Amino acid sequence: MKKKTNLSKATPWISAIALFVLWELIVRIFNIPPYVLPTPSESIIVGWQFHEAIWMHAYHTLYTTLAGFAIAVVFGVVLGALVGSSRAIYDAANPLLVGFNSVPKVALVPVLVMWFGIGTVPAIITAFLISFFPIVVNVATGLATLEPELRDVLRSLGAKRLDILIKVGFPRAMPYFFASLKVAITLAFVGSVISETVASNVGVGYLMLSASSKFNMPLVFAGLLVIAVMGIAMYEIFNVIERRSTKWANRGNQNT
Amino acid sequence: MSKSFVELNNVKLRYSEDDELALETTNMKIKKGEFIAVVGPSGCGKSSLLKLVSGLMPPSEGSVIVDDQEVTGPLKIVGMAFQNPTLLPWRTTLDNVLLPMEIVKPHRHRLRKHRAEYEERARKLLATVGLEGHEDKYPWELSGGMQQRASLCRSLIHEPDLLMLDEPFGALDAFTREELWDILQNLWMIKPFTVILVTHDLREAAYLADTIYVMSKRPGKILVERENTLPRPRDQETTFTQPFTDLVHELRNQIRDVRET
Ligand SMILES: Nc1ncnc2c1ncn2[C@@H]1O[C@H](COP(=O)(O)OP(=O)(O)OP(=O)(O)O)[C@@H](O)[C@H]1O
Ligand SMILES: [Mg+2]
Repeated sequence: MKKKTNLSKATPWISAIALFVLWELIVRIFNIPPYVLPTPSESIIVGWQFHEAIWMHAYHTLYTTLAGFAIAVVFGVVLGALVGSSRAIYDAANPLLVGFNSVPKVALVPVLVMWFGIGTVPAIITAFLISFFPIVVNVATGLATLEPELRDVLRSLGAKRLDILIKVGFPRAMPYFFASLKVAITLAFVGSVISETVASNVGVGYLMLSASSKFNMPLVFAGLLVIAVMGIAMYEIFNVIERRSTKWANRGNQNT
Repeated sequence: MSKSFVELNNVKLRYSEDDELALETTNMKIKKGEFIAVVGPSGCGKSSLLKLVSGLMPPSEGSVIVDDQEVTGPLKIVGMAFQNPTLLPWRTTLDNVLLPMEIVKPHRHRLRKHRAEYEERARKLLATVGLEGHEDKYPWELSGGMQQRASLCRSLIHEPDLLMLDEPFGALDAFTREELWDILQNLWMIKPFTVILVTHDLREAAYLADTIYVMSKRPGKILVERENTLPRPRDQETTFTQPFTDLVHELRNQIRDVRET
């Protein structure tokens, strides 16, 4: 049993290492030039050479992403609560939300630049715009799927709408909410990096763009790896928070 | 005869304009502290009847009177339990039972200050249904029967004047079910409250109720109102006596007639 859990903990590392080894081998065997696809070892070495610059840009990207994500959480919860607790608001908001979510956010960056200039603000807003949707949908779903019998029990005790929301709605929506955070944080990275690439002079996105204009492919890939690592780290943090705070929702599979 | 606590006057219910009636002209008079049971074929409007009486739904025609007042919105004093226990999985059994106290006035304003007193009350009630020692477990750590007991406690903790039970024992095995009949009968005999019990089980109706209503198939309508004067407390032995079996037999025949027409 113990061995098995150790093994399952190691699995993601093993698969990551396997991927890197495969990548390294393919590049070497087929003799792919570094300006097309650098080896991972090269990317890591170059990444280390530039680690001070990368650190600065990564810090900036992380900050931008978290700022956009934080706004998305607040906005997403409020809108999700409204949409999930009222049929009328749901009907009014749903087509707008779906329509908005279908617009590629990269297309909005030029507009944001026109309004706010180049730099951090459009990146934060892009991160926010791209990541709030799953939060709204999940919070709304969690609230709207309340068992009718439970609602009847509470209403016949004289519960107001707000009572039902606080006593049952929100606790019930928690697992949905935390699940959406995991998705939203990775999307927020996508948003901020897109915006940095198009319109900024700081951030990993900018670093990658300027590296590619100098044909420094290993540095571009180093940037990609840094983004991936930050994404995984954030995802894991929210994964742990999710499991800690909504134990009851995972009751069926404690052993898996 | 004492006056009635719940009264349905020519109540009709239609779920939507172009739909067939769900409930045909229904009249009922339930005395305070009376235990009534409603039986009838599936889909005849028994659950709808409960919703009408508790004010969760307005009748399409006619009026519902509870405690001398016409019902216009959800009543605030009703206890309810369903076939599905609907306990909250993030709360312990004790906290689940205390849920009504967080909503019903005046308890909701007293609960925080007098927490210990309320917990004591909930523990006592849980003990009467045999859940002593399980207060701090989560619902998903309880068996179906235990969950149903907790659900029953939740419906009774605030000492409601009116208790609505919609097939609460339907999903239980025969032993647990009959044990819960006794528990319910005991609680009710100690401090009578008005009960409307919907059930498929004719023995259950005969065991628990003072009056049994038999409904027709949709559109639901009360066909028979049968008094049940078997002495209380009724127990296992009662179910083997001639009057009990006769009553069940009679109800069975009525239901059969209903289904054939
Ligand atoms: N929300 C609803 N909208 C439309 N029709 C409904 C709704 N709820 C119930 N009905 C219809 O009204 C009728 C009565 O339903 P009800 O749930 O009261 O039956 P019931 O006697 O409780 O049945 P069962 O014994 O199967 O629980 C049924 O024919 C059902 O199809
Ligand atoms: Mg029903």
